[in-house]
Amino acid sequence: MAGSLTWFANHELRLAWRDWLSMMTAGRRGRERVVAIALVVFIVFAHLLAWYFVARYVNVGTEPDKPALVVITGTVLLSWSLLMSQAMESVTRAFYARSDLDLILSSPAAARKIFAVRIGAMALSVILMAALLGAPIINVAIARGGARWLGAYGVVIAMGATAAACSVALTVALFRTIGPKRTRLASQIVAAVIAAVFIIGLQVAAILSHGSLSRMVFLESDTLVALVPEIDSLLWLPARAALGDLSALAIVLGGSLGLLGLAILVFSARFGDHAIAASSVTVTGARQASRSGFRGRSPARVLRQKEWTLLLRDPWLVSQTLMQLLYLLPPALLLWRSYGQGTGALIVLVPVLVMAAGQLAGGLAWLAISGEDAPDLVATAPVLAQHIVRAKVEAVLGGIAIAFAPFIAALAFLSVYHALIAALGILAAAAAATGIQFWFRKQATRRYFRHRQTASRFATFAEAFSSISWAATAALAVGGSWAAFFPAAIGIGILLGARWMSPHKS
Amino acid sequence: MTPALDIRGLCKSFDRPAVAGLDLTVRAGEFYSLLGPNGAGKTTTLRMVAGLLPPDSGSIHICGIDALRSPVEAKQIVAWVSDEPMIYDKLTPYEYLEFVAGLWSLDAGEAETRARDLMDWLGLSPHAHERCEGFSKGMRQKVALAGALVHGPRIIILDEPLTGLDAGSARQVKRVLRERVAAGNTVIMTTHILEVAERMADRVGIIAGGRLIAEGTLDELRRQSGKNHTSLEDTFLALVAEQQVAA
Repeated sequence: MAGSLTWFANHELRLAWRDWLSMMTAGRRGRERVVAIALVVFIVFAHLLAWYFVARYVNVGTEPDKPALVVITGTVLLSWSLLMSQAMESVTRAFYARSDLDLILSSPAAARKIFAVRIGAMALSVILMAALLGAPIINVAIARGGARWLGAYGVVIAMGATAAACSVALTVALFRTIGPKRTRLASQIVAAVIAAVFIIGLQVAAILSHGSLSRMVFLESDTLVALVPEIDSLLWLPARAALGDLSALAIVLGGSLGLLGLAILVFSARFGDHAIAASSVTVTGARQASRSGFRGRSPARVLRQKEWTLLLRDPWLVSQTLMQLLYLLPPALLLWRSYGQGTGALIVLVPVLVMAAGQLAGGLAWLAISGEDAPDLVATAPVLAQHIVRAKVEAVLGGIAIAFAPFIAALAFLSVYHALIAALGILAAAAAATGIQFWFRKQATRRYFRHRQTASRFATFAEAFSSISWAATAALAVGGSWAAFFPAAIGIGILLGARWMSPHKS
Repeated sequence: MTPALDIRGLCKSFDRPAVAGLDLTVRAGEFYSLLGPNGAGKTTTLRMVAGLLPPDSGSIHICGIDALRSPVEAKQIVAWVSDEPMIYDKLTPYEYLEFVAGLWSLDAGEAETRARDLMDWLGLSPHAHERCEGFSKGMRQKVALAGALVHGPRIIILDEPLTGLDAGSARQVKRVLRERVAAGNTVIMTTHILEVAERMADRVGIIAGGRLIAEGTLDELRRQSGKNHTSLEDTFLALVAEQQVAA
């Protein structure tokens, strides 16, 4: 019936499905088969990867010991922090970016019902994402450790539900304390920080205690096991639930769904007011120091300068970019600890730098190419299109050079060979990410930076796998292995594939 | 005398033909208004002239320059203003105009003098060093217009430049455009506000179904419509209705 909860749920699901399909196919018709094949390949690959990494953790007995509980709980917390970040993003988007709020709030339908469905839909999308990413690990655990691991799916549902409930509560709390104008920036920074802090914190702890970037080394360490609560603590309920303890599963699942229900009940009524407040936010332009005298510069130079000025004047973009650099802190710490201890740790450090360069370059390239706010102005300027692209690529690579030059310089003190490999890897990863962003460019405003991945899932995966390939190439090259040619060939293959799939190849 | 714009057999199709064999000539130093119903092909035509869209076929000459063979030379003398002002929120009007001057490789001193004059004419001077992010639609449109004029274009192409402007801003924009025509430049403008076309344009072209169906001064259009309509609105509607019947 029109206006009922199920009617709204149906509407939301239809929109969500079409958004998803559009994202996966980059908005091009006839791509469904390619996307389906790519998904199958991805799922098989993810299961193979999970088989390799998870195998040794699944043979935990029915009465798990403390180290097993620590590893499982650590993994659950790590995943939950990522889900929480994703859920915060969804809530912020619901407040600020939904174009249908005027229609919804001016209609005679009960706004409370609509927002209850919307919060529920957000929770569902978070749960589905968690299930999709967690499925390979859980399926492998079930295959090798028995059906009791099915409980892990229950934990995934609980994690998604609590993440959605907490993110709604946190965003509303931010609204009430700092107002709608600052909430957008604050919640997006909180979302990024939540995801980063836990991952980076574990890595930093692993480096300081064991001189390794591996989080698992720290989670499995005797020091941590000695510090955590005893085996009968409530802290281990999610881990026990994941291992198939039905009473623990009932408590975890019941508690999390109850929390989500409570969040929907408490916040859905006021959600509309906050959404209206968010849409009425007005921006006042800051005053720059007045100066006189234009500086005569070439088109390429003004384009590069413009990219940097726009980035540096936007605290939100700066925070998002710096957040990517935050992941460089653990390798920097590892580099600092490695001084005078040989080059062993550098084999881990070099690929991390290459991977980070690829990711950062992808973000900067999106801003420069797709996030051009005045595309008509630039396109009608008497400058050859290739010169415009070259200036923008120079702006991106210049940024990468500034960010990574200190690392290369520090590496060179330890080993010129490692520094050279790192520099080449960084250049390859950055150039590849920039190329992919260029081939999949789609005009968008800069405020959608965090959602740039939604323009094309293919480009997102290509960019990620390209960075991984170049990182693997660098890792094998610093180890002096000829096998480095294989991931390099895969990296080149990914680039060729991206070029072939590009909607702008003609 | 070389026409400001000479289009021959211009075609562009998307899912269906948007511009179908368009011939159009705009004289140097005239104010030309391009009218047509929604989806007639006005914006597509002007975007091809500005170098924003490649045509499927046909030719475009701007002040005698083949715009398809020598796009950079053609762009040097053309300005484009769209209905949705695209400017940089984090730049001030002063910095925006400096950026445009750099893109067009202008002499810095001369460009700054022009920029200051334009900001004075358009009432932007008090806000010259404020970031554009807090500006109203009218202010943003004026910044975009100043950017289009700062490089001294010989042809100014405007796509619905008055949409969303308040009466005061619209008057300022119209005054600046009139001054440009008086100085010998050519203005080509699409608008849905027929009164503006009636009062400002030297000649009006009516486009429908991707073709030019009528062209001339208001009197000439009245005669072409074959009826004694008094306003451009009546004449326009009659001509478009005739074309639709014929199609």
